[in-house]
Amino acid sequence: MKLTLKIWRQGGKYNGEFVTYKLDNVNEHMSFLEMLDVLNEQLIEKREEPVAFEHDCREGICGSCSMVIDGRAHGPMQGTTTCQVHMRHYKEGDTIVIEPFRAKAFPVIRDLVVDRSAFDRIIQSGGYISVNTGQAQDANAIPIEKDQASRAFDAAACIGCGACVAACPNASAMLFTSAKVSHLALLPQGEVERKRRVLAMVAQMDAEGFGKCSNVTACEAECPKEISVSNIARLNREYLAATLAGELT
Amino acid sequence: MSWFSKFITSSIGQKVVMSLTGLFLTLFLAVHLLGNLQLLQDDGGEAFNVYAYFMTHNPLIKTISYVLYASILLHAIQGILIWRSNKAARGTHRYAVNHVRSTERASRNMAWIGIVIFVFILLHLYQFWFQMHWGNLVYVEYDGYTHPVKDLYVLVADSYKNLGFVVFYVISMGVVGFHLWHGFWSLFQTIGLNHSKYTPLIKGIGGAYAVVVPLLFAVIPVVMYLKS
Repeated sequence: MKLTLKIWRQGGKYNGEFVTYKLDNVNEHMSFLEMLDVLNEQLIEKREEPVAFEHDCREGICGSCSMVIDGRAHGPMQGTTTCQVHMRHYKEGDTIVIEPFRAKAFPVIRDLVVDRSAFDRIIQSGGYISVNTGQAQDANAIPIEKDQASRAFDAAACIGCGACVAACPNASAMLFTSAKVSHLALLPQGEVERKRRVLAMVAQMDAEGFGKCSNVTACEAECPKEISVSNIARLNREYLAATLAGELT
Repeated sequence: MSWFSKFITSSIGQKVVMSLTGLFLTLFLAVHLLGNLQLLQDDGGEAFNVYAYFMTHNPLIKTISYVLYASILLHAIQGILIWRSNKAARGTHRYAVNHVRSTERASRNMAWIGIVIFVFILLHLYQFWFQMHWGNLVYVEYDGYTHPVKDLYVLVADSYKNLGFVVFYVISMGVVGFHLWHGFWSLFQTIGLNHSKYTPLIKGIGGAYAVVVPLLFAVIPVVMYLKS
C-alpha cells in the first residue's frame, strides 16, 4: 500500500517541523517500526538523515518505542505498544502523523526520541526494596494471597514507557508513579520502606515538573499495559497516610 | 519546610484542597437547592422570606457561610494555580493531532468551566446576596413572628419576570452540571476513595447529582417566569 507520513523532525538540519514522506509498497505484515525502518533505508540511500526513533525489544515489553501516532501514544490499538501495531490496520492512501511524546519533563533529543530519564530518577528516589545480599531467599518463604499478588503484578506490568504522560493533558506522571508505588505497597517486601517510598517518589515526580492529576483517565485509555487509574487512588491514599499519619522524622 | 507546608504544596496536597473544597461546595448545592425550592410554594413568599431571615441571622449558619466564601475562593484560586502549572508541564509544543474521547470533555475543561461558574457566582451574589445584606429591600410582617423580615422573594420574583435572567440562570445551571459531572467522581478519586465495589456507585450517584440538582435549580426561574 501507499502511505503518506508526516513526521516531526528536530535536530540536525531540522529546526522542529513536520516533514512529509511518501512511502510505496508498504507490506501489511510489517510492524509499524519495520515500516519506519523501510523509510529510513530509503532516506539513507538518498543520503538523507534517517528519522531517529527509539526501539529495543520489538516484543511489546521494553517500552522504548515511544511516539504519538495520529494523536495517540503508541498508536491506535488498545493495550498495544508501537512495535506491536501492524500495518494491516492501515489502508491504501492513509496519511499518518507521527510526533514525539510532548511534555516539559520529556525534552525531545532528536526527531521522535525524548529523554525519559525523569522516570529513572523517580524510581531511584524510592522505587526499590532493600534486602540483605547473600544467598537468594526461597521464592515462597513469604506467603502472599493470590489475589493480592495478582493486583501487585497488574501494577508491576508497567513498562515505564511514558505513554501516560504523553496522553495526559497535564503531562502528569501519576499513573507511572502510582503503578510503581502500588506494586511494592501491595507486597510484604515493600512494607519496610512503604511510607518513605511514597513521600520520596511523589516529591521527585513534582520536582521533575510533571503536571497534576485531573482524573481525566486518558492515561489508562492509552497505557499499552492497561494499568488502572485505581492505582492513582492508591497512590493518593498511600501519600495521605504517610503524610498525615506518619511520625515526624 | 514543615511537614504540612510540604504536603499542601505537593501535587497531591494541592489536589486534596480542590477535592475537599469541592466536596463542601457540592454538599452546599444540595442545601441551597432545598432552601430555594421554597420559592415555588404558593404562599406569596412567606416560607422563603422566613428561611432567608434565618439563614442570615443564625450564628451557626453565618459561621458556615464564612467557610463557604473561603471555600469558593480557595477552590477558584487553587484551581487557577493548578491549571497554570499543568499548562507549563505540557511544554511549549502541543500535538498536531489531538485525540479526545467523548468521556473526557468535562474533565479536560474543568478550568474553563470553573471560570464561567465563578463569573456566574459573582453576578448571582450581586443580584441577590448583596441586595439581601446591603440593598434597600422592603420589610414584611408575618403572623406568628415578632420581627419584620426582608422581602427577598419580591426581588427574586421580579428578576425572574425578565426572560434574559431566566435564560442566564438555566444556561449557568447547565455549566454547573457539566462541572459536577466530572468533579463529583474526581473528588473521591483524589482523596484515594476508589474501590471496585463502590466506585461504580459513586460514579452513578455523581452522574445523577450532576443532572438532577442543576435541573431542579433551573426549574425555579422557569416556573416563576411562567407564573408571572
